[in-house]
Amino acid sequence: MEKQAAVMTPPVRRYWGERWSMQNVLIVLLVLTLMMTTLIPLVMLLSKAFVGKDESFVGLANFIRYFSTPSLAQSLTNTIKVSILSTVIAVTLAFLYAYGVSRTAIRGKSWFHAVALLPLFQPTMMHGIALTYLFGNQGIISNGFFGLLPGLRIPIYGPVGIVISEVIYLFPQAFLIFITALSHADQRLYEAAETLGAGKLRTFLTVTLPSAKYGLISAVFVCFTASFTDFGAPQAIGGKFNVLATDIYKQVIGQQNMSMGATVGILLTIPAVIAFVIDRLVERKQRAMQSSKSTPIQIPEGRERDLVYRVICWSISIAILIPLVVIVFASLIKVWPYNVTLSLKHYDFSTVAGSGLSPYWNSLEVSLLTAIAGTAVAFVFAYLIEKSRQLKGLRQAGYFLSVLPLALPGMVIGLAYIFFFNDPGNPLNGLYGTVAIVVLANITHFYSVPFITATTALKKLDKEFELVSESMRVPWYQTFLRVTVPMCLPAITEISMYFFVNSMVTVSAVVFLRSADLNLAAVALVNMEDAGDVAAAAAMSVLIVATNVLVRFGYGFLLQKLKQRTAAWQVRE
Amino acid sequence: MKEEQKFMTQDYLSIRGVHKSFSHFTALKEINLDIRKNEFICLLGPSGCGKTTLLRIIAGLEKPTHGQILVNGKDMTSLPPAKRNFGMVFQSYALFPNLTAYQNVAYGLQGKKLSKKEIDEKVRDVLALVDLSAIYDRYPAQLSGGQQQRIALARAIVLSPDFLLLDEPLSALDAKVRVKLREQICELQEQLGITTIMVTHDQEEALTMADRIVVMKNAEVVQVGTPEQVYEEPNSPFVADFIGSINFIGEGPTSQAIRPEHIRLSAPGAATAADGIRAVVKHVEFRGSFYRLVLQPLQGTGCAAVSNRLLTVDVSAHQSHHLHVAKQDEVVLELPQDKLIQFEQQAKAVVNV
Repeated sequence: MEKQAAVMTPPVRRYWGERWSMQNVLIVLLVLTLMMTTLIPLVMLLSKAFVGKDESFVGLANFIRYFSTPSLAQSLTNTIKVSILSTVIAVTLAFLYAYGVSRTAIRGKSWFHAVALLPLFQPTMMHGIALTYLFGNQGIISNGFFGLLPGLRIPIYGPVGIVISEVIYLFPQAFLIFITALSHADQRLYEAAETLGAGKLRTFLTVTLPSAKYGLISAVFVCFTASFTDFGAPQAIGGKFNVLATDIYKQVIGQQNMSMGATVGILLTIPAVIAFVIDRLVERKQRAMQSSKSTPIQIPEGRERDLVYRVICWSISIAILIPLVVIVFASLIKVWPYNVTLSLKHYDFSTVAGSGLSPYWNSLEVSLLTAIAGTAVAFVFAYLIEKSRQLKGLRQAGYFLSVLPLALPGMVIGLAYIFFFNDPGNPLNGLYGTVAIVVLANITHFYSVPFITATTALKKLDKEFELVSESMRVPWYQTFLRVTVPMCLPAITEISMYFFVNSMVTVSAVVFLRSADLNLAAVALVNMEDAGDVAAAAAMSVLIVATNVLVRFGYGFLLQKLKQRTAAWQVRE
Repeated sequence: MKEEQKFMTQDYLSIRGVHKSFSHFTALKEINLDIRKNEFICLLGPSGCGKTTLLRIIAGLEKPTHGQILVNGKDMTSLPPAKRNFGMVFQSYALFPNLTAYQNVAYGLQGKKLSKKEIDEKVRDVLALVDLSAIYDRYPAQLSGGQQQRIALARAIVLSPDFLLLDEPLSALDAKVRVKLREQICELQEQLGITTIMVTHDQEEALTMADRIVVMKNAEVVQVGTPEQVYEEPNSPFVADFIGSINFIGEGPTSQAIRPEHIRLSAPGAATAADGIRAVVKHVEFRGSFYRLVLQPLQGTGCAAVSNRLLTVDVSAHQSHHLHVAKQDEVVLELPQDKLIQFEQQAKAVVNV
């Protein structure tokens, strides 16, 4: 044989057509898009924090001024205090509740599960408004059910109200983390502990807690960040108690002080970035802990335990329902608290601040567009990053840029978008004040979770589908449409619901991006509440929640139909 | 079939000096291999020997660091997979779960300027070929492992590829199904006369299916030959040991080996036992059609090379019955000169040093 061939053969050149294949062009586009929508606006925001009002470089002057202004520096302490308290309460309650749902024999688990998620469908402003109706000057509890009982007055405007609102807001997020962590436990570990003679407490401390450890860490950080950056609740019920998120709003909208807004924005981002890094680390460890061989948990008998958890779960689920019930009730009452007769007049928005029902229709439009465009973008990007074999470096960059928005508070995204798109030098300046920019901000804001959902779904598919298609000389997009998309339809519907529901309730990013002509339902709540149209705000909240719940049911229905239709090709275990 | 192939000596697929290194290790070292048209080649070796990497380079799924892949003398080293005309079957089958057996087979035919009727004809032909016409409307989840693998095979050959690549196609199947599919694949390959390259770590699979076996170890080709050659004339202790069972006798330059079934046994005192090696039976293992014995040669008898090693000997059930061997019995064994394997290459290498 040709012995010399080994030395003579040249290194392999790549086929040029492969380098400019459609997939590679798409990957380049993907990275460019993510840079345009996330990285560049963020860099602009960062740079704004270091310039003065006249755009000259001032170094750390903005930060120094921030910390030397007592009222502003006070906000930081306020925010930290409120966030810690909300986190501790929400994490504790959510853990107990999730434990009850996953590890005891109580009845009505699907009901408890559904109720726990309800706050996800509600704008955070709504919790604040509900608290006003309960504990405000004319609240049901303050006036003892319209004078029937002795009243109970608590100082609801301020930290107390904020913490209660935040706990409701954080509860479902922590619950979802815990229910996943607690449901994936390995029965064999419990059996091993039992055969080794470990008691209940010892088993809890050595088996249950360690397996939920990473869930606990991640829940703490998620909750702290979410309440640290939340705008709705403090705006609705904070009174004179300032936090960072309301400061940004006041600096930017009230005083047009953009660089101070950017400065506060950076402070707002710090815990989110820390949480982001820790979450990435924790996720890797958690994945290493899960074993595919683990056997599902069996719930041992325990009547006293069940009784305790029945009480806990029912109390919490009722507490979650109260604000919604109060809001529905308030929206239907003619003149609170003087004329307690039912009427639909608050649903006629023509006389209130904002402009009638148009914010609601705008919200619907924005949410639908966000759901459609966001789902397409998230799924295609996840596909390119997960399934392509080319351009490894760019795909890694794409992955990083895709999870980066997890570290960005909505307010920071909104602010960054003002700086970027409102810049007269930007050719995309025309987008400012349009539906398009709101949709874009929403997609960026909520993009990471759907991206991860899509990636997880794609990872479950055989990695050789693409190779098989290639060997059959079938273009990749044909396999994408005929196999990948149908196989991932459950994840795709879940993603679109996520985009829709979040776009309906969000305030933080879009509060900066709406214009005089374009208001959104959740933002209109802020205006209505400011103007004293609280009953109308309640009515608008009801519309938002009703829409989201309807969409959620639609999703459940769709999923069921999908399961029936595809039953034949589901792998039976 | 085998007779015909001896005349078709022109090389069809040539691998010239193919080298593949990843950042930390070398997956393939200067591989040279010529494959004839219609040949069934097995790449055999322990895991991590580079056989799968070689298959993926032939498929175009990986690029060699340097070296060439020629088909009919045409360089296709830098062609993407879609431009090479091959069919591939994976260990996981990779059938599309949301398409029926029929749709899976028809998948590659669609969009290739074929009429519906032509597609239908081809799909039906191939399904008949793999004997699965009856289950055309089932989804993969409704098929057994063996059926899924046959559909995957049908899907790979329906496009009449120039060559067929099989990546451990049988390793996920039950033992019985595996043996049956082995025959079916071989029959199909002969019927279609398609050049086939199969990767496997199972020596029995390679011996029973291949026209030629390419034994690989540590990123290198160790030996290429027909199953008989590789079994009877292994060129190194590694090949001898990896394929079948073997007894090594002696060490260094005089290293020799012999297969367990080639050692002759006789009862002590028998006429043939005059100049044999006396040994004691240490262990008897019943294997159905034969017994496998482990023998301890007795000190001071026969050749010194075997004196302190245990020997494995296979004795047919029939003969064993005749000999009445049991544990601790004494027997006499003989190592026929013509069955001793010499490792010439190895010996030379040692002498050269």
